[in-house]
Amino acid sequence: MGQAVDVHRLHFAFTITFHYIFPQLTMGLALLLVYLKTKALRTGDEHYSRAARFWARIFGINFALGVVTGIPMEFQFGTNWAAFSKTAGGVIGQTLAMEGVFSFFLESSFLGLFLFGEKKLGRMGHWWSAFLVFLGSWLSGYFIVATDAWMQHPSGYRFGANGAIELSSFWDLLLNKWALWQYAHTMLGAVQTGCFVMAGVGAFYLLTKRDEIYGRTFLRAGILVGTVAAILQLFPTGDMQGKLVAYHQQPTLAAMEGLFESQEGAPLAILGQPDVEKRKLDNPLEVPMMLSFLTYRQWRANVKGLADFPQTEWPDQIPLLYYSYHVMVGLGTIFISVMVLASLLLWRGKLYDSRWMLWMLMVCVPLPHIANTAGWMTAELGRQPWLIYGLMRTASGISPRVAAGNAWFTLIGFMGMYTVLAILWLFLIYREIALGPDPGHRPTSEEALVLAAE
Amino acid sequence: MGTIWFWLVAIMIAMYVLLDGFDLGAGAIHLLVAKTDEERRQVLASIGPVWDGNEVWLIAAGGTLYFAFPTLYASAFSGFYLPLMIVLWLLILRGASIEFRNHIESAVWDPLWDFLFWGSSLLLAVFFGAALGNVVRGVPLDSSGYFFEPLWTDFRLGDETGILDWYTILVGVLALLALMMHGGLWVQMKTSGEVNTRAGKLAHRAWWGVAALTALVTAVTFRIQPQVKENFTTWPWGFLFPLLAVAGIAGVLFELRKRDERKAFFASCAYLAGMLTSVVFGVYPLVLPARNPVYSLTVTTAKAGVYGLKVGLVWWVLGMILAAGYFTFVYRSFAGKVVVGKDSHGYGD
Repeated sequence: MGQAVDVHRLHFAFTITFHYIFPQLTMGLALLLVYLKTKALRTGDEHYSRAARFWARIFGINFALGVVTGIPMEFQFGTNWAAFSKTAGGVIGQTLAMEGVFSFFLESSFLGLFLFGEKKLGRMGHWWSAFLVFLGSWLSGYFIVATDAWMQHPSGYRFGANGAIELSSFWDLLLNKWALWQYAHTMLGAVQTGCFVMAGVGAFYLLTKRDEIYGRTFLRAGILVGTVAAILQLFPTGDMQGKLVAYHQQPTLAAMEGLFESQEGAPLAILGQPDVEKRKLDNPLEVPMMLSFLTYRQWRANVKGLADFPQTEWPDQIPLLYYSYHVMVGLGTIFISVMVLASLLLWRGKLYDSRWMLWMLMVCVPLPHIANTAGWMTAELGRQPWLIYGLMRTASGISPRVAAGNAWFTLIGFMGMYTVLAILWLFLIYREIALGPDPGHRPTSEEALVLAAE
Repeated sequence: MGTIWFWLVAIMIAMYVLLDGFDLGAGAIHLLVAKTDEERRQVLASIGPVWDGNEVWLIAAGGTLYFAFPTLYASAFSGFYLPLMIVLWLLILRGASIEFRNHIESAVWDPLWDFLFWGSSLLLAVFFGAALGNVVRGVPLDSSGYFFEPLWTDFRLGDETGILDWYTILVGVLALLALMMHGGLWVQMKTSGEVNTRAGKLAHRAWWGVAALTALVTAVTFRIQPQVKENFTTWPWGFLFPLLAVAGIAGVLFELRKRDERKAFFASCAYLAGMLTSVVFGVYPLVLPARNPVYSLTVTTAKAGVYGLKVGLVWWVLGMILAAGYFTFVYRSFAGKVVVGKDSHGYGD
């Protein structure tokens, strides 16, 4: 870890991993808030408005943490990855700037109205503010995914006279096929985070026999939306992502699957530990020919193993990449089973009395966060050793003048500060859940700020 | 094309200073003008629904700078590594204190966040001023196009400059006073009672410091950055910008005496806009002056490819029209003085 490039990588990895805890819940809850607000509008039932207010409070806390941990991400492109920015800023700066201009202005403007302005805006106006916050946060997700997709699979660029990469086609950058599939896959992950949190809180209320009307609403919303998302996560979006990797990042696919030797009718490893030195998978538990089928829809297709590529083209953290991918897929499979089962119970009218299922849903709450993190680690570790796939190596992208010591200094600073933020986040959200959605339970000292025209 | 983007980025930064400037300023005077819990809630309520949107101007300006002048973004951000990281930490602390303060009412919870909100706002104002001072003074760029500045060296204007030297500290103090005045005028306009009176008085007192330091910093700047003098000599119409600043600062005092709270705040906006445009006009065509002028980054050397800049112009204009719409709507919705409710939850319950 002595080399500057390693510290800069860890710096970005740590800050982005911590940051993404929040936006995935923001984007997931934003959709569910629109659902609750729509229900409130259609039924005129005050119960849905209170449910929405409850989640808006949690949304507000989470959103604030997403904002404050998000600003360092944009800065780090310049502070820690200056050579990369100098080379590629003319291209990826486009999508990053568009995120600020098109989504952050929208999101921040209407979040204030959504959180503080329910009385002022009236029912329709408040629904619109919720919808625009949702739109802003989902647009923001697109611009970020488009930026990453360009690094995974560059398109719409050319080399300028001074060696920098220039934009040559705006639409090829914005509508990169990689971006479209990656976006769908990422957003479904975020929706699942929101759904599991909402359903989990609902299960908690039913199990502790309090706020049960709200608990049922939360369960219904979380499970209905979550089931659809869990299935779409695997097919078609996960499937298409896998195919894109198979066609455009062949060494990555081999490393993700722990496939060292090329094979016709390659097996799919469910478990096993990659031994990079001996180039084999220890204790493998495999499904024969499955990898060939999943990748090329042919049982006998030839899948290239790592041995077919020069070692300089291999991702540099093969075991971590392999485990990230397997954790993501494993958890994704569990989510489908849990959600489908819960849907069946809901349909048969047995869910609210199935204590084991409620327990299961409650225990699952942190798992989508882990799956989403593992998914991003798969994407980013899989891109190695490239910073821009095929164009620029990671090692040549760092800031030439920022020494490892300075990067360590700020990384440790972030670690300390983020530890405190994490504790505060858990504490404040737990507190909201404990206070509950029923306004009668809230102590009178809970006075927030109300603004009124004079 | 480069010059257009140079001015567009400058406008975005100016918007950031005008808007986030008043909520930073409100933070920097928070503990001075608001003593009781209710008074402090008034200050927070005056910026509550808008501070986050104001801060977006920083992010949007940063992003725009990134794609329009990638070379500048790379050099400046890696060269100012340490102060930028400190700015990030302060922004995190500040955002957390505004958002978390009102969740719990307790003798150990609110005062902590009030203190952090005050301290981080104050330091941010100083750091932003010092950053501007660094850009005007010039940085130790070399033939590689990169530099790295320590936080301080010997506080002199030699070749081995740090972020903080006597000049940049002077600009930092001016920035702090200017934003305290700006924030004071905002708080005065948005509140009533004791807070309103104290904020007005504080703005009035800060005015004298702002006026004196503006004169001093201007005089020193002409000596330190030769480009400034050259530009004002070549294009005398550029004196319109400092004239705007002078009119603004005079207007603040005039309107304070007349007790027109709105006009005083807008005069302060004119002052800040005048100061910033003067600086931008003064350093053009440099985007990052170097201590050794040979290595200065200019609009031409730092700009991105022409196609990208042209495309950017289309969506940027569209985006700005939308943003102007949102801001008008939000500021209208929260127009007037704030009232801190006693029996409400703030979410309509």
